[in-house]
Order: sequence, then C-alpha cells, then structure tokens
Amino acid sequence: MKTDELIRAIAADATAAPASLQRYFALLLALAVTAAAIAFWILLGPRDNALQSLGEIRFVFKFIVTLALAVPAIGLVLRLIRPGVNPGLWRVAVLLSPGLLALGVALELAALPSSSWRVAMIGSNSLVCLTYVPLIGLAPLGLLLLALRRGAPAHPALAGAVAGLIAGGIAASFYASHCPDDSPLFVAVWYSLAIAILTALGAALGSRLLRW
Amino acid sequence: MSERDAEWAALMRAGLAGDRAAYMALLAQLAPVLRAIARRGLLRAGMAAQDAEDVVQETLLAIHLKRQTWRPDEPIGPWIRAIARNKLVDALRKRGRRGIEVDVDDLSDMLAAPPEADDSLTRDVARHLGDLSEGQRQVVQAIAVDGASIRDTAARLLMSEGAVRVALHRGLAALATKLRERPE
Repeated sequence: MKTDELIRAIAADATAAPASLQRYFALLLALAVTAAAIAFWILLGPRDNALQSLGEIRFVFKFIVTLALAVPAIGLVLRLIRPGVNPGLWRVAVLLSPGLLALGVALELAALPSSSWRVAMIGSNSLVCLTYVPLIGLAPLGLLLLALRRGAPAHPALAGAVAGLIAGGIAASFYASHCPDDSPLFVAVWYSLAIAILTALGAALGSRLLRW
Repeated sequence: MSERDAEWAALMRAGLAGDRAAYMALLAQLAPVLRAIARRGLLRAGMAAQDAEDVVQETLLAIHLKRQTWRPDEPIGPWIRAIARNKLVDALRKRGRRGIEVDVDDLSDMLAAPPEADDSLTRDVARHLGDLSEGQRQVVQAIAVDGASIRDTAARLLMSEGAVRVALHRGLAALATKLRERPE
C-alpha cells in the first residue's frame, strides 16, 4: 500500500472522535478505588477501633504515607503516557512518600527504646499485609493498565510499574485501616514489600500490555 | 513554536473536531518530514534506508491512533517527534538493532524528503492487509486503494455506513498491532 493511500484511509477514520484521555483515566481510577474498597470490605474490613484511632498520630501517619504515594504516582503516570511530555518534578514527587516514611522511621527509632524496635518492626500482621495488600490491589492494577492502554508511553514497563505504585497506594490505604500494627517501622518493611510486589507485577504486565 | 508547528497544531485541532480535509492535509504534510526522520535514523544505525516507508506508515498510524494523547493547548512538534522516535526505535529493534542511541532532530531542522520512485510502496502494510478479517480488508482496500468514500464503500459492500466506519477503525488498529508484533 502506498503512503498516500494509507493517509486516505486514516483521514476517512477521522470522524471517530477519541474520548479524552484524562476523563477515561479518571473514570477507571474511580472504578479502581471502588474495586479496592469492595475487595477490602469482603476480605478484611476495618479494625474495630479504627474511628477512635483517628486521634493517634501513628495510625494517621499510615494513610499519609500511602496517599502521598498514590497521588504523585497518578500525576506521574498521566505524563508518562503522553509522548513528548517531560514528567519534570512529578518524577521527584513520587519520592515524597519514601521520604516521609524515612522521617517517620527516624522519629520512631528516637521515640522507642532500642529493645522494642524489633517487636515494632515485625508486628503481628506481616503475612496478612503481604498477602492482602497485593490481593486488594490486583483489580485496581488491571483497571489502571486498561486506562493506560489508551496512552502511548515511551517506556511501557515504567508506566506499568507506576500503575503498580498507584494500585499499591490505594490498596495499602484501605489495608491500613484494618492492620493493628501502626509503627512506621512495620510500615517501612511490610507495606513497602507488599507495594513492591504490585510494582513488579505492573512492570511485567506493562511491558506486554502497554506497547503501542 | 515555529510557524509550521502552529499550522500543524491548527490542522490537528480541526482534524480532532472531525474535519477530514484538514486532517488529510496534516498527514500529507507530515509524511515527507517523517520520511526524512526515518531515512536518517535508519542510515545512522547502519541500515538501508529502503525500509523508511514502512516506518513512515507505522508512525502515521500511531499518530492517528494515539491522537488523544496530544492536548490542543500544547505545541505539536515535540509530540510528533516523540512518536517518530518511538517508532524508529521499534523499527530498529524489529530488525535486530537493540540499544542503539536513537536521536531525532528537531522537526524544524528537518527538510522534507520526497518519496523515492518506488519505495512509497511498502511491503509491510501491504502484507499485513492480507491478515485482516475479510470485512476489514475489503473496507480498508476500498477506501485506501480505490479511493472510495465511506458512503460508496457502504453501497458497494452492502453494509451500513456505521458498519463501514467501525470496520475501517478496527482495521487500522489491527494493522498497527500486526505491524508492531510481527518480526521481519
């Protein structure tokens, strides 16, 4: 086929107005949060004293860390899927959450006697965390990847990995209201591992599904 | 933003609003520039420039199928350049060249290249056309090669115009997928 001929066919297809990328992403993000909420309520549910715990700094800090991950990751991925767009500061913004967590860990180490560091880190719920955060994040990851397929990432695996961070941030935000372990030491080890599982999965799937 | 950039952006905005003539004009203006990029890229990687037209056609398809990733308030040059670069990387990878540094010059520095005698005829797209479903192939063929309108195609193939549009869109998307996935 000649290039002129292909151009004719493409131009004839121009009437099919494509839906806005942002709007489609927003829709699937909302579905992703809903899917995570449903999975969470079926599998775990919040702990009994969740509402009373809102006055406790360690409990609240868990949500700060997880949301500080999900929100900048959303901003980053929306730029990664558009050709020629420089993600700029969004690249740095995803380091906000690890930075906050490192600060929390430092303060916790200062606050606790060294004899209780180990107990705080290992906690009582680590296996539940490692199992359920990825499980709750699975459907959100799938929905986010579906949204990203409309985009055109220069690096499909990277975009998939960032989708994994978003799914991980969402899943961990729900999970945090269930988990009785509130120490930043626990969060730093087990939440990070659980979210890393989703990130790796996102990268693996992204490198296949997000090519264009 | 160069004057040409502004003109292309205006044509693309019109195209996104459904103006087929403007959209066709844009693609026709882009093709020689994309051809120059593809030829230069292939030569730099030590490959023959004769495959350039395949890259041009893949890039045009990608520009079309991913046009929702361009925002009407942004300059269009960097967007086109990024897509062209991506498709060049894909093409080199497909031909066994991995990890090559691919550099695409600023579009405003790029002189348009006319198609060479016969190489605006590509093997890839023509070959993959045969892999489409029968309905898609007939529709793409009628509109692209025979130059039929949507309405004529519908009458000729005894389909509704809506069905022709759907077959055309799916056919183009399938073509892009096949071009990407099939190694040489």
